Amino acid sequence: MSEAAVKQAGRPILEEHFADLPAQESARKLGMWVFLVTEVLFFGGLFTSYTIYRQLYFAGFEQGSHLIEVKWGAINTLVLIVSSFTVAMAVRTAQVGKRGRATVSLLLVTGLLGALFLFIKLYFEWFHDFKEGLFPGVNWDYHGPFAAHVQLFFIFYYFMTGLHAIHVIVGMGVMFALAYLAWRGRFSPRYYSPLEVGALYWHFVDIIWIFLFPLLYLIGGRS
Amino acid sequence: MKADAHIVPVKVYLGTFIGLVVLLVATTGIAYLNLGIWNTVIALVIAITKALLVILFFMHAYYDKGLTRVVFSVGIIWLTILIVLSSADVFTRSWTPVPRSWAPDIALHQNQK
Repeated sequence: MSEAAVKQAGRPILEEHFADLPAQESARKLGMWVFLVTEVLFFGGLFTSYTIYRQLYFAGFEQGSHLIEVKWGAINTLVLIVSSFTVAMAVRTAQVGKRGRATVSLLLVTGLLGALFLFIKLYFEWFHDFKEGLFPGVNWDYHGPFAAHVQLFFIFYYFMTGLHAIHVIVGMGVMFALAYLAWRGRFSPRYYSPLEVGALYWHFVDIIWIFLFPLLYLIGGRS
Repeated sequence: MKADAHIVPVKVYLGTFIGLVVLLVATTGIAYLNLGIWNTVIALVIAITKALLVILFFMHAYYDKGLTRVVFSVGIIWLTILIVLSSADVFTRSWTPVPRSWAPDIALHQNQK
């Protein structure tokens, strides 16, 4: 049977505009990589302005960094690292053609870890910071040294973690959609490129946080 | 499909995961030592190492040849241009004297601060 005729979960696995599966797979992966590069530059604008203002107002940024808790940043980094591992394993289970629910449950775990990340971010950090009066323009209660520059740090803090959180939400949607497709039996060792592409996106979200953690939580020494 | 597929051994994924956790503990621990400017340098070096672990093994860039690597490298190069050139502008402004004829603008600028 030719590849064009193979169907999984009622849909052909090869789109008609591709010659064969390897061509389709590499085109999809390339597309995702190109998209991720545009995402790097999307975040790049924030990272660049962060770099410049941190250099100009280092004392204020250091002070601001000491007002947020390293503990939650580190725990959230761990949550995302574990989720990157589970999504990598989810792709692998489909590649080796594991029977049963392995792929589905690994994808669900990944999505739920994303939810845990957001819960920690929202409940233990953003709400907490807001109540502490660390929300520029709306509820600002810090009047110590470098108050204006500390405000600027918090503007960066909310925008960078907020933009990242939006990506986590999108990634969760991707994971749950993939889990549904996997549950429908859409993937096999012959066809798993949606899983691979979705996993690439999730890893990217992890990488952004890997940089945000030291840049926002670990400025200057803590001792 | 088979020729292009990279089925990475579980050992590699586990190793990458453990490496990431170790580096996370290291970067958090080192932040509590007072090393001055080196705090920032070490934190960034560890972050880049972690990102490379994810890109090379979780994202299979180590196994993908050709276009994937080109696209990935182009992303890094463009980001570097963005950060380095923007910083070069801002941080070298004070290096050169401002012509006298511009002086009124300068005064205006300083008043705004």
